[in-house]
Amino acid sequence: MRSRALLSPPAAAAVVLLVPPLITSGSGTSGGTNIPGLRFMVPNTPGGGYDITARTAAKNAEDAGLNHNIEVYNLPGAGGTVGLSRLVNERGNGKLTMSMGLGVVGAVHTNHAPSTLADATPVARLTEEPDIVVVAKNSKYKTFRQLLADWKKHPGAMPVGGGSSPGGPDHLAPMLMARAAGIRTTAVNYVPFDGGGELLASVLGGKVAFGVSGLGEYRDQIESGELRLLAVTGPKRAEGFDAPTLKESGVDVEFTNWRGMMAPPGLSEAQRDKLVRFLRELRRSEQWRTSLRTNGWEDAWLPGDKYGRFLEREDKRVNSVLKELGQ
Amino acid sequence: MDSVNSLIDGFGTALTPLNLLWAAVGVLLGTAIGVLPGIGPAMAVALLLPVTYGLDPTAAFIMFAGIYYGGMFGGSTTSILLNTPGESAAVIAAIEGNPMAKAGRGSQALAAAAVGHFAGGMIGTVLLVLLAPTVASLAVDIGAPDYFAIMVLAFIAVTSVLGSSRVRGFASLLIGLTLGLVGLDQMTGQQRLTFGSLQLSDGIDVVIVAVGLFAIGEALWVAAHLRRDPGPSLPVGRPWLGRDELRRTWKPWLRGPLIGFPFGAIPAGGAEIPTFLSYITEKRLSKHRKEFGKGAVEGVAGPESAASASAAGTLVSMLTLGLPTTAVAAVMLAAFQQYGIQPGPLLFEREPELVWGLIASLFIGMAMLLVLNLPLAPVWSKLLRVPRPYLYAGILFFAAVGAYAVGGQAVDVVILLVIGLLGVLMRRYGLPVLPAIIGVILGPNAEQQLRRALQISDGSVTGLVDTPFSVTVYAVIATVLLWPLLKRLLPARRGGPAPSAVADGERATSADGTGGKSEQDPAVRGD
Repeated sequence: MRSRALLSPPAAAAVVLLVPPLITSGSGTSGGTNIPGLRFMVPNTPGGGYDITARTAAKNAEDAGLNHNIEVYNLPGAGGTVGLSRLVNERGNGKLTMSMGLGVVGAVHTNHAPSTLADATPVARLTEEPDIVVVAKNSKYKTFRQLLADWKKHPGAMPVGGGSSPGGPDHLAPMLMARAAGIRTTAVNYVPFDGGGELLASVLGGKVAFGVSGLGEYRDQIESGELRLLAVTGPKRAEGFDAPTLKESGVDVEFTNWRGMMAPPGLSEAQRDKLVRFLRELRRSEQWRTSLRTNGWEDAWLPGDKYGRFLEREDKRVNSVLKELGQ
Repeated sequence: MDSVNSLIDGFGTALTPLNLLWAAVGVLLGTAIGVLPGIGPAMAVALLLPVTYGLDPTAAFIMFAGIYYGGMFGGSTTSILLNTPGESAAVIAAIEGNPMAKAGRGSQALAAAAVGHFAGGMIGTVLLVLLAPTVASLAVDIGAPDYFAIMVLAFIAVTSVLGSSRVRGFASLLIGLTLGLVGLDQMTGQQRLTFGSLQLSDGIDVVIVAVGLFAIGEALWVAAHLRRDPGPSLPVGRPWLGRDELRRTWKPWLRGPLIGFPFGAIPAGGAEIPTFLSYITEKRLSKHRKEFGKGAVEGVAGPESAASASAAGTLVSMLTLGLPTTAVAAVMLAAFQQYGIQPGPLLFEREPELVWGLIASLFIGMAMLLVLNLPLAPVWSKLLRVPRPYLYAGILFFAAVGAYAVGGQAVDVVILLVIGLLGVLMRRYGLPVLPAIIGVILGPNAEQQLRRALQISDGSVTGLVDTPFSVTVYAVIATVLLWPLLKRLLPARRGGPAPSAVADGERATSADGTGGKSEQDPAVRGD
């Protein structure tokens, strides 16, 4: 099995190169990963996180010869829940997956969406990225502990900027942080911005006390010294950066912004296994590993039922935060 | 003059045959995309991203920049000819450009827009070369209170486009503000006016509102009146800008970038608000104020120039800070990251060839766009020779396709038609359309900045006026508002002409044409 898996990418690549594409629509390629007519749905606009994940995955799978011609299309709306509703309606369709992530979990709650993630079939979690706590270079806070001490004293006077609307990752991270540090989440003064870019100006200009966003978005500003990285929210330190995790700074919470793939409900065991196998082969491909590096994503492989249970836990955690905030 | 040397090196990069080809592909694609309502440059760049994976980054970005600028050029074409804005920044072009087209001056409007884009883009890019670091640091200093002050100024300015009946103008503005409320509240995530529909929770796209009110409303209105008499097709007129028009447009072309460029560079600035402020400015400064709303060429030249200059401003913050101020910039930022390049403070040092090649290609792209669009202006305007029933059927078709393209959902087409019907009713009862569009654009922006400012100051109202910038803007607003009062008080004390005399003077000047313009100007600013 293993040797077959290792052989399959070059074999499949040879097939792609040698056999004219027209013939291949009939049978699968040697690794059995080819799903003719496979489509990736992206529940947000072109250029967003789910979009880049889906398009990168499709491109890498084609380059690695795992599948031919995956169609990627966007169905944006309501934080991903419009796409989710469509996915749930495609019952039994084994040729469709939707790229999604933590943001959709929150959006289901804030939008009171009729379809939830529990209605769909989990395929696999693919990547994750920690959030970070940053301040401008001229901020008086040199360490996360100093910041935390002041934050506990005057949560209202310390506006926290984040790049997502309520229910999104950058909103959940400071709320979970606050809860773990003993600050009432309702007292947290969260100021939402339209993405990490708009937030950046406010952090650099010292308009907010600190900013919470994805590591990938601010890599360069941290390296150039414009921003000071105080902490990463993930379970371990970020490679190449000298900043502690939240746990090391005395706040017992771990948070990563993850992304994965969901499929429609009502799939047979075989249909689902085929999708999981496809993503597993994708994850092993050299092309995908290169993409992880260039995008600054970390591998977070979690297939099938394990991913389903993870989703339930995340849903509970998100729901508890939003409930406290009265949403 | 370090940057000038680097720029010359950049031209070396951009002038290679292959890069010239990519620039040409970019501007062609961009123009086409701009012409189609609904498909904006942001979407186009995002969809092309995977395709350009194999290109070298410089070539890819030269193409992307071409698409961005090309989209700005193309967006105004359908605005002017068909009253169907291709982009939200092209809304203003429809207000003045379409009446011009209907009066047989479509080519002139198109030419004024094309040269406006060229001038705006060129001046903007020169400013980009000279001022990049300065403007970038300014962008960081501007915060929510400052934005809100600008929004207040913009709202005050709206009153001058309300039309002859203030009540109708305000009603239209309120319609726009209400449409702007639809969707999830950005600050708290609560639903507003969505009636439980997921499709409405992202709000109604400005392009759909604009296309609905302008194009659909107009097409249905015309259809309702053409039942018996199909009417003559619209006149086409002569192709080029006349001497008189050039005399009227050169100043707006040059003024546009001064408004557009800084707005592009600041986050939450975008291209819509500067086009609108430029329009107001031109209306105030013009000697042909009476023509505004009926096809004043200044109202096309200034805003279009501002739109292109704002695109250059956007590149300033994106390249020097890694700060995307528009959707296109955000997508381009993602593209940079795909190539493993981080735009930001270090970009100019790390990738000088890419950056300066890109900037040089902007100059080349602008020249290409002008060469492409100027001769096309008379060709495009021949489109109006199509008999009206077919022309408006075509408009309905393209508008529907555009609305569908925005989100890929049939619901958007239904929303478009509902807004179109609203547009018909507004025409029926004489409500001007422009205030509604401005309400949709400004309302959500102003609300968000106000609430953000108040949240940052933890609820204290002083947070709105605690920056020098916002205080300055409020001072300007106060002057503008109090000016008529002062104007009336001062001469009255000296026993000068009463307000009615001023009004008489105005009537007199409009009657005898060009005479006595200098007397009219202060009175104009006074009302």
